[in-house]
Amino acid sequence: MSRLKTLSRRGFLIGTTVVSGAVVFGSYLVARPHENPLADDVTAQQATFNPWIKIGPKGITLITPHADLGQGTTHMQAILLAEELDLELDQFTTEFGEPAAAYYNRGFAAEGADVVAALTPLAAETVRGPMGAALKIAGIQGTGGSTAAADSFDKLRQAGASARETLKLAASQRSNLPVEQLTTERGAVVLPDGTRLAYTDLATEAGALDPVQEVALRPASDWRLVGQPTERLDILDKSTGRTVYGIDLEAEGMVHATVVTNPRRGEMLGYDAGTALEMPGVQGVVEVTGGLAVLADSTWRAFKAARAINFDWGPAPYHAEQADHWAEVSASFTDARLNATWRDDGDAGAASGDQVIEAEYRAPYVAHQPLEPLNALVTVTEDGVDIATGHQLPRFVQTVAAGITGHDADQVRFVNQYAGGSFGHRLEFEHIKRACEIANQRRGTPIKLTYTREEDFAQDFPRHIAMARGRGAVANGRVRALDLQIAGAPVFASQGGRMGAAMSGPDNQLGAGAYSAPYALPDFRVRGYAVPDLAPVSSWRSVGASFGGFFLETFLDELIHAAGADPVAERLRLITDPVARDVLSAAAEMAGWGRGPGPNRGLGVALVRSFGVDVAEIAEVEQTEDGLRIRKVWAVADPGPVIDPVNIENHIQGGVIWGMGHAMNCEVTYADGMAQQSNFHQHAGMRLWQTPEIEVRVLQNRASIAGIGEPPVPPAPPALANAIFAATGTRLRGMPFNKTVTFA
Amino acid sequence: MKITVNGTEHDVAAESDTPLLWVLRDELGMMGTKYGCGIAQCGACTVHLDGVAARACQHPIGSLEGADVVTIEGLAGDTDALHPVQEAWVETQVAQCGYCQAGQIMQAASLLAGDPDPSDETIDATMSGNLCRCGTNLRIRQAIRLAAVKMGA
Repeated sequence: MSRLKTLSRRGFLIGTTVVSGAVVFGSYLVARPHENPLADDVTAQQATFNPWIKIGPKGITLITPHADLGQGTTHMQAILLAEELDLELDQFTTEFGEPAAAYYNRGFAAEGADVVAALTPLAAETVRGPMGAALKIAGIQGTGGSTAAADSFDKLRQAGASARETLKLAASQRSNLPVEQLTTERGAVVLPDGTRLAYTDLATEAGALDPVQEVALRPASDWRLVGQPTERLDILDKSTGRTVYGIDLEAEGMVHATVVTNPRRGEMLGYDAGTALEMPGVQGVVEVTGGLAVLADSTWRAFKAARAINFDWGPAPYHAEQADHWAEVSASFTDARLNATWRDDGDAGAASGDQVIEAEYRAPYVAHQPLEPLNALVTVTEDGVDIATGHQLPRFVQTVAAGITGHDADQVRFVNQYAGGSFGHRLEFEHIKRACEIANQRRGTPIKLTYTREEDFAQDFPRHIAMARGRGAVANGRVRALDLQIAGAPVFASQGGRMGAAMSGPDNQLGAGAYSAPYALPDFRVRGYAVPDLAPVSSWRSVGASFGGFFLETFLDELIHAAGADPVAERLRLITDPVARDVLSAAAEMAGWGRGPGPNRGLGVALVRSFGVDVAEIAEVEQTEDGLRIRKVWAVADPGPVIDPVNIENHIQGGVIWGMGHAMNCEVTYADGMAQQSNFHQHAGMRLWQTPEIEVRVLQNRASIAGIGEPPVPPAPPALANAIFAATGTRLRGMPFNKTVTFA
Repeated sequence: MKITVNGTEHDVAAESDTPLLWVLRDELGMMGTKYGCGIAQCGACTVHLDGVAARACQHPIGSLEGADVVTIEGLAGDTDALHPVQEAWVETQVAQCGYCQAGQIMQAASLLAGDPDPSDETIDATMSGNLCRCGTNLRIRQAIRLAAVKMGA
């Protein structure tokens, strides 16, 4: 890429001619759009219609800037562009594109406002403001909070439509036929006599035109790709081992590195690398924050040498023992630590005279641990920094790197990669920082940093720990009052602190999944309490809702049972929202709710609204001689319009497996300041032998589109806990459940 | 020392304790076999060793003199062809992030080679050593059943 980039960008305005003989067509929904990052990269024969489409004589490239962590965003973005552009799936290639303000995520402005607030100095209220104006100004390009679909749905179809109409205009001028007589299909403008003018042949002429803007989008009834089952663009390569992940990257003259940093996250007081430095292939050690990097001529030699170093680690900057973490949380239900009251209907605090029920719940630290270990390929030179790996926040990668190497952020070139999972892990920057620290001490040499699984576990910022205290009242066979207090680590403050965006104030992830419940209880209150001095934590697939849903829906189940009511019927009675009602009703119908499940079996239900999406799940479990077995799960979600029905089913099933697997089997605990879980033998999630059948139904009553990456997770733990209660009478109030019950 | 990978013999320079996984990736540049855990807990590095599924992270190269190794790159023989298990994986659209899938496919192909019509219990037992963090578990089961049909079970 040209080093003139910065200069050329400054002279560029969307919708006007200029750079490198090409024209860019803006189709922005907000005035004063960001610069098109493709503009300075196109040749005289190419046209870039907007930041997502580049067409030249040799082919068509669609830019899919949302990070693909396995959730299928590349395919999703591409079919939205291809739908209006009348491209078939074999007619283009895709690229992640470069970090650019033009790719700011307006999906964050809606349901994901709190996520952005976590990642920026902006308050959630600001982010949520009209048109997400603050977001746009900040140019936050990010993937997270289940926002990619909401961000892309209209925007990318508009981009495709604008490019299509501009290509038609070029064809009209060439053929002297009115635009109204032209159609498009399979990457070509078609004249009335059947003559096909390929987009690739029209690119130069189209590039000389002012872009056609504000094209009406086609109705859903005309969609060819959106909403239809299609073969994911990445599925063949992912079934043949050809997909290149960050960990697979190589560069000429590359040196391998691995890091060992203080497992207590404190300082490195000393080390003896004498043996390691004598080992074959080792090219030295360099100090990085909190530890050492070993450089070698292969990954294995670096790993092996790293194990041969003796370290003297400083103490943890948090409680060393897990029991003290719990004690700190337990002591935090105080006025002084009240962070926010998220919901306060009626007078939940005054519920008395009825039958009062109280219970306490726990959610442990849990690790992210996607299967691809953290890695990065980084080269630092006097001129700039080159970084390649999979990451959810490309523009922050630039600023983080620049802060270490002393370059300007726009001298940092970041190339995103397919990621082998994330679940929130790739919102963090430790691997970026370590790789930049190493490469900055070996300027000119490409450094390929690969974490060992053990280092990845040790340095994973887990899901925040939390406890809940519930107090509720039932009367006359009904649930009357529910007062839920949730105390936990404020995840956004922890995450933001590491990004240099100090945050305080209300953290809605100490209430998410609970306060959003679509229930009209006469007395209903949810309060969050922020606990200081805990281990650093980070967003974990569905963030606070991953336990907020468990706390609320399990406690509500206790109240319903105390009232002698039916768990589905009582929830339906409390629901006022028709979307949520239909979701729960559909799940009950699919599961045959009300039937006798048979001896030693039980059905449990949960309904959680998170990231704006209602998801109901019903689990059927059986107590067998070998332990509890989940026989089947029914899951119903309503995310609004569906872009990719195959992927959505896969995602919902995966979300159930993620939610239940971790609730059953996983926790991170600290001893001597270190995480006691170091690899998958201690923290796997759900393997095939524990996996139930999962039947999925997707409703589309929600008015606008929402994401599906996270919402299936929160109802999974409570549905399972409630089913176990129904089958065995054992009420599970703490995850992981395998500390209380045995699973087959 | 010499090993055969996907039908081609290679001279390998790595010291004898180097796991096959890292010989494949760092020395032979074959990146389809993945590092996930290093302790045989995830199966991302599954290859065929003399015809049977094995964890490449657990086999030091020094123990493999003359061994016949097949990786995901060579499973179908011809680089443009698909093994029936891969066909089933594509048709079922199993992958999410895809990082574990090469190992899953190698394990499934080995399973079906020895048991063309495996029971649900056998599928679960055999595949439980291959960890998918995305939770594509159900599609893995479904694809193995489809592959069994394709292979004539």
